[in-house]
Amino acid sequence: MSVAQTTQYATFVVEDLFFGIDVLRVQEVLRYQEMTRIPLAPMVAEGLINLRGQIVTALDMRRRLGLAPRGVDRLPMNLVVRTEEGPVSLLVDEIGDVLQLEPADFESAPDNLTPAARELVHGVYKLKDRLLLVLDPDQTLEVNEFLEARPAGSN
Amino acid sequence: MILVLEQDVLREFLLESTENLNRLDSEIIELEQRPADKELLASVFRTIHTIKGTCGFLGFPLLERIAHQAESLLSLLRSGERRLTPRLVAVILECVDAIRKILAKLEASQQEGPDEYGAILERLAAAIEDPEDSLDVPPPAAPAELEKSSAVSESAIRVDVGLLDKLMNLVGELVLARNQVLQFTTQKEDSKLNATAQRLNLITTELQENVMKTRMQPIGVVWNKLPRLVRDTAQACGKLVRLDMDGAGTELDKTIIEAIKDPLTHLVRNCCDHGIETAEDRVRAGKAPHGLISLKAYHEGGQVNIEVADDGAGVDVAQVKAKALEKGLIRPEQVERMSDHEAMHLMFLPGFSTARTVTNVSGRGVGLDVVRCNIERIGGVVDVTSTKDKGTLIRLKIPLTLAIIPGLVVVSGGERFLIPQASLLELIRIEGDSAGKIERVHGTPVYRRRGRLLPVAFLNQVLGLESAAQEDVVNIVVLQAEDRQFGLVVDGIRDTQEIVVKPMGKQLKGLTVYSGATIMGDGRVALILDVLGIGQRSGVLANRDAQAHSGTQAVAATGSENQRMLLFRAGSFSRLAVPLSLVARLEEFPQAIVERAGGRYVVQYRGGILTMVSLASVLEPESSADTAITHDPIQAIVFADGQRSLGIMVDQIVDIVDESVTVRQSTGRLGLLGSAVVGKLVTDFLDVRAVVQSAAPEWLDDEPGKSASVVMLAEPSSFLRGIVRGELEMAGHRVVEAATAEEALNRMEGCGAGVVLAASHLPPDGFSAFQEAMRRQPSLTDIPVVELAQSPHGRESMLASIGHLVAAVSGETAEPARPVAAGSLEDRA
Repeated sequence: MSVAQTTQYATFVVEDLFFGIDVLRVQEVLRYQEMTRIPLAPMVAEGLINLRGQIVTALDMRRRLGLAPRGVDRLPMNLVVRTEEGPVSLLVDEIGDVLQLEPADFESAPDNLTPAARELVHGVYKLKDRLLLVLDPDQTLEVNEFLEARPAGSN
Repeated sequence: MILVLEQDVLREFLLESTENLNRLDSEIIELEQRPADKELLASVFRTIHTIKGTCGFLGFPLLERIAHQAESLLSLLRSGERRLTPRLVAVILECVDAIRKILAKLEASQQEGPDEYGAILERLAAAIEDPEDSLDVPPPAAPAELEKSSAVSESAIRVDVGLLDKLMNLVGELVLARNQVLQFTTQKEDSKLNATAQRLNLITTELQENVMKTRMQPIGVVWNKLPRLVRDTAQACGKLVRLDMDGAGTELDKTIIEAIKDPLTHLVRNCCDHGIETAEDRVRAGKAPHGLISLKAYHEGGQVNIEVADDGAGVDVAQVKAKALEKGLIRPEQVERMSDHEAMHLMFLPGFSTARTVTNVSGRGVGLDVVRCNIERIGGVVDVTSTKDKGTLIRLKIPLTLAIIPGLVVVSGGERFLIPQASLLELIRIEGDSAGKIERVHGTPVYRRRGRLLPVAFLNQVLGLESAAQEDVVNIVVLQAEDRQFGLVVDGIRDTQEIVVKPMGKQLKGLTVYSGATIMGDGRVALILDVLGIGQRSGVLANRDAQAHSGTQAVAATGSENQRMLLFRAGSFSRLAVPLSLVARLEEFPQAIVERAGGRYVVQYRGGILTMVSLASVLEPESSADTAITHDPIQAIVFADGQRSLGIMVDQIVDIVDESVTVRQSTGRLGLLGSAVVGKLVTDFLDVRAVVQSAAPEWLDDEPGKSASVVMLAEPSSFLRGIVRGELEMAGHRVVEAATAEEALNRMEGCGAGVVLAASHLPPDGFSAFQEAMRRQPSLTDIPVVELAQSPHGRESMLASIGHLVAAVSGETAEPARPVAAGSLEDRA
């Protein structure tokens, strides 16, 4: 992906990965919200939240990236992303600042990234002290491929 | 000769005409600016014509005369015999004013008023006869007379449906907010607050009712089209049929009106087609030669009943049973236990009415099963009663609205769920010792309800939740799904609530156990159970319903990657599928004409010899039981590649479904690509190539090995690759596969592929990036790259393009690549 001008990214942390997402795609950021579990749903779909009367699916970024589950003591934050079909919330560990980044620092994703992460990442910005992975929101929300459903008791 | 008109007919006419006239004013003015605009002229002509037609029908001779003259003038303009001049425009506008004046009189007194329009008529006649110059038009009448515009048209306005939908949504929100407020106030002891909350409650309910009314339409909107349909169908069948309609004014929500349009049309057509006998048969049976179809609609208990009745031959129950048996929809032992009423419902099973036409791949009609699916999707019920020789009555019970429905709150595994009240039959609570009353038949839980066995499912097991119920209390919710009942055991039953059904995100679309979600009084989200989906998942509703449901799913699923698939049975494989695009024909051969020659089955077919292979013997060579050949007639799927055909014998053709493939899993068995869930059941996908190779190896061997017919297929999903590969190979191409762009580029060297087919989401960077990479390599720059079409229909045309491309690249035919194919490639570049 070539980026002609500077773009602003909303940043967040999942485990030890530092991500950025085009700020224009982000509707809002919320602290932890109470969720309703969805039995039999794909593992990625953590639950449903009530966002001012709208029902929003929350997707766990750790599961989406194939990482270890978040400890029970750590409550995730909601990063609500706009999509054509309405908002979807990404559950992340921490929310960072909005960064303005120069195209000169951009590079495509390194080959040794985990496969689960690779398909979601456009490329990398080399910041001074760390690397920022640019997340493709549309790929991230494509969870139909992940049909490892929650185990059902019977059947 | 003014007839005494029904007030509302006149009202409709006035409303419509006033609206038309207002549009006419501006259109005529516009026409003056652009006299050459044919479309505009046609529109003006239509409007005048409509007014003329309506007033002729209603018996307003004066109005009709004026409109008729205006129409004559306009038709001259339309045919180009006359050119529009400002004078003609003035005359036409004068007519419009005259019409308007008469309409105003009509509204006031229901009379056209005195005939004082002779001058105008004369001028019109003159304009029609004479050249333009002879016209002498007085200045337009003072508009003061017309200022008092129509009162009817002011008391009603047209509103955008989108706005009404939005309003309905907002009322839905308000209902939820009201529920929340009411929940809070019950915890507080503040009389003022309580009084306010009660007031809010009342207003909300009233608002909800009224907004709902704005979306109501009379059912006549749908019925209007039926007289014509009946006339045409009756004529086509050579029958005499009358249509009687009663209760056309019965109102229903607009969305429901939309939803019942097709089922109703289908039922009425069915009555004409199958219900009513021919005139001769009727006379012989002592009936009037004219058959009668009567439609009736009325409100009853918060629902609308719609009846479609005919006085035809009625349904022959024995014949229905026999047909269902023959199609394998029921077992013989079921037939005996079945009441006539139950048997009648067999007509609504998928595969009942359509199976006959399935052998003819095109033109597969809509069956009664689709009618039932559509009605049940909106929470309705279909019932049929019939008396032989007397006629058939089909009754639909339809809810008034869909947006806000009553639901029962139940608890299981600590979560709340909602069950739509419409599916609810009764609640059973068993306490104490009798809690053990749930017994098991062959491992399946059942409950003895008033002496009859009710299949039972446990909600927490279906959903994989832990039960938190007390051991000694069992709550059973008895539910109705399609024509059957089952019990759902839940941990607890709370109360009923008005719920607003909200759709769930696309990530959860595959879940059939929920029909949506809603927001509860405490602000939390709760899931709404789909009774049919729960029944199927738990296994209390058998397979045939899974098929019915898959039909619904196919209709409901949009945008996803739908495949038309043929489902069939062979040997021990009870559910096999093959993409319909590969199938040439479906055939039935009497056992007697199938011969054995050269160790193979053959049949004389279309002037040639068709080799037949039993699929079971390919898939299970170790098993000697070859079941397909024992059936009579033998059912076969014919594959063809132009000159050659191969028949694959199967035990039974089951259905054709249009569905997205959801789960994949490779089986590694010869002849199978893998499994997928189709219609909620695991289905094995046939590897046509492998079957052909094993059964008729010469088919693939003598394929031309030219490099030009090699196609590179770059697609990350191995499952999809398998399907597309099959399609390509059936079309006579050799296929080289690749999962990623790098792999494709590497393999291009040396494989000799003349065309590349790549997925739009080819890793790592998608189709365009891959195409660029191809262009950058000098040796590959000329090879066309085609984007892999996602839809099966798109794939058919894509296959055709590939054929042309291959031909063009190899230069084997004189015909160059079709501009269509080339153009579509250009677009991609």
